[in-house]
Amino acid sequence: MATNAEQKGRSGDALWRRESRTRHFRERAIKIVLAACAYVSVLTTFGIVFVLIFETIDFFQEVSIIGFLTSTTWSAAFANPQFGIVVLISGTLLTTVIAIAVALPVGLLAAIYLSEYASTRLRRWLKPALEILAGVPTIVYGYFALTFVTPFLQETIFPQLTIFNALSAGLVMGVMIIPTIASVSEDAIYAVPGSLREGAYALGATKREVATRIVVPAALSGIVAATILGISRAVGETMIVAVAAGALAQFDFNPLDPAQTMTAFIVQVASGDTPTGSLTYNTIFAVGTTLFLITLVLNIVSYLFVRRFRETY
Amino acid sequence: MTTESDTRRTTQKGGPEQEIVFKDSMSVRHALDWIFAILVFIATIIGLVVLAVLLMDIARDGVTRLSWDFLTSFPSVSPENSGIYPALLGSLWLLGLTALFSVPLGVGAAVYLEEYASDTWLTRLIEVNISNLAGVPSIIYGLLGLGIFVNLLGPVTGGQSLISGALTLSLLILPIIIIATREALRTISDSVREGGYALGATRWEVIRSHLLPMALPGALTGTILALSRAIGETAPLIVVGAATYLTFSPSGPQSAYSALPIQIYSWVSQPQPAFQVNAAAGIVVLMLVLLLTNSVAIYLRNRYQRRA
Repeated sequence: MATNAEQKGRSGDALWRRESRTRHFRERAIKIVLAACAYVSVLTTFGIVFVLIFETIDFFQEVSIIGFLTSTTWSAAFANPQFGIVVLISGTLLTTVIAIAVALPVGLLAAIYLSEYASTRLRRWLKPALEILAGVPTIVYGYFALTFVTPFLQETIFPQLTIFNALSAGLVMGVMIIPTIASVSEDAIYAVPGSLREGAYALGATKREVATRIVVPAALSGIVAATILGISRAVGETMIVAVAAGALAQFDFNPLDPAQTMTAFIVQVASGDTPTGSLTYNTIFAVGTTLFLITLVLNIVSYLFVRRFRETY
Repeated sequence: MTTESDTRRTTQKGGPEQEIVFKDSMSVRHALDWIFAILVFIATIIGLVVLAVLLMDIARDGVTRLSWDFLTSFPSVSPENSGIYPALLGSLWLLGLTALFSVPLGVGAAVYLEEYASDTWLTRLIEVNISNLAGVPSIIYGLLGLGIFVNLLGPVTGGQSLISGALTLSLLILPIIIIATREALRTISDSVREGGYALGATRWEVIRSHLLPMALPGALTGTILALSRAIGETAPLIVVGAATYLTFSPSGPQSAYSALPIQIYSWVSQPQPAFQVNAAAGIVVLMLVLLLTNSVAIYLRNRYQRRA
């Protein structure tokens, strides 16, 4: 036995050695190539940060940073331009609040239904069906908001609604975000241990009471994470607001009026002819930096909440 | 019968008031439960209802405008003569080039992270970085593409060209491809790897001959879904300078280009209602392309799953 194996090993060894150097080299080369692929993602982040910082520094050499942060007028296209980022942030805030007012209750209730009420078979069908909502291109939602939702609201509830308004854009954006909130909340709700539910039933609680008083509070950090993720989506969403909310940057929280968000401003400038290196060109990077920082903070906070609920169970 | 009298006796011991409170509240609680069950069901359905309304609205507005001429004509100042030919062609170019750039990079990165990388702080940094990149708004990728591919690398890419657009979209969907491929690799049992090593195969040989074919259905589905997201993206392409009014079809990777969502956006922004009809027809074409790619994804997944 032993000699047999040794002989086999020896003859195998001879074959092995002849190849081993090229094989070893190939293995190392492949590992390096694959690692390089993985580092592209790091390079992407560096690229984003580099481009944003570089152009934003150019911008702040011509515009005072204090005016950028405190002025309440945004008139980038005029002869004597004013850059009060607060105005664009207020537009973003307005559409985001409307979107979350739709998406949070609907998404959370849908998550409760999927996790606590729906049968396994129905759940398997409904979850992908809901995901379709997140897969529809945002330009399609923009068209829908402008040509269907706005006329519909004008005829039924708000005759004074302008053609471009924050309300329609926000409502449609809310529908788009439903699957994000529903899916992440459902993961959290589903992860709540069954023993908590059974304990509550044993004390005489009804199904609704178990869902709202036991399961939802236990999954709260996951639901908060889902909401923050939804806010981050709404803040970064571009085409719906660019098409349906208009291009009028004003410091005003009336949802029936036009509003311009940070993203819509970037699209407005990029759609026109803007020479590279001009002040307007640099402006979109300054706005982009603000947008990037806001979504970055939201994503980090959301990540921390998700990690917390994962650690508990 | 016996249980009923039993309960009555116990509750009577506690006092008659308690019995009444308990009974009243039960019917209210059951009614609330019933309402709540309906409410959560409506919440689940409402999104699907909106989706149905949206699809019907677009079909009603756009289907009558669809014709062979619409597919083969160039944009025009008169809405009746306008078509989406260059936009459709541009989208197909973008799809091909984006796949060419993003699939090898994404699969390579996934294989490295799943099969090679040891659990160091550097690996964890890459992982956190990838999940963070997935949450960056798409328009920021547009700014990245504008700064790097259009301006900095302009002499190589040709400025506002198909290559610049495709590279920008590739970086945008890279996190999705990496995450999908990693998940597919993670489901493969370690016995496959150990079996391969036991037969003397090197790490790469095991990956090429076993792990990649086995991960194919999952990776492919994720990749095609990512690519269909790329087809529907508008904002980053506007920023990197896709054209809205193109009277020639793209001739090569360095050519100027348009794309379906860009063309739709340009029509939606026109005040004349006839252009809005064009936009709806363009949306129908875009949605059909997406339906096609997603069907291919589902078909391939089912086919390979059956074989494995």
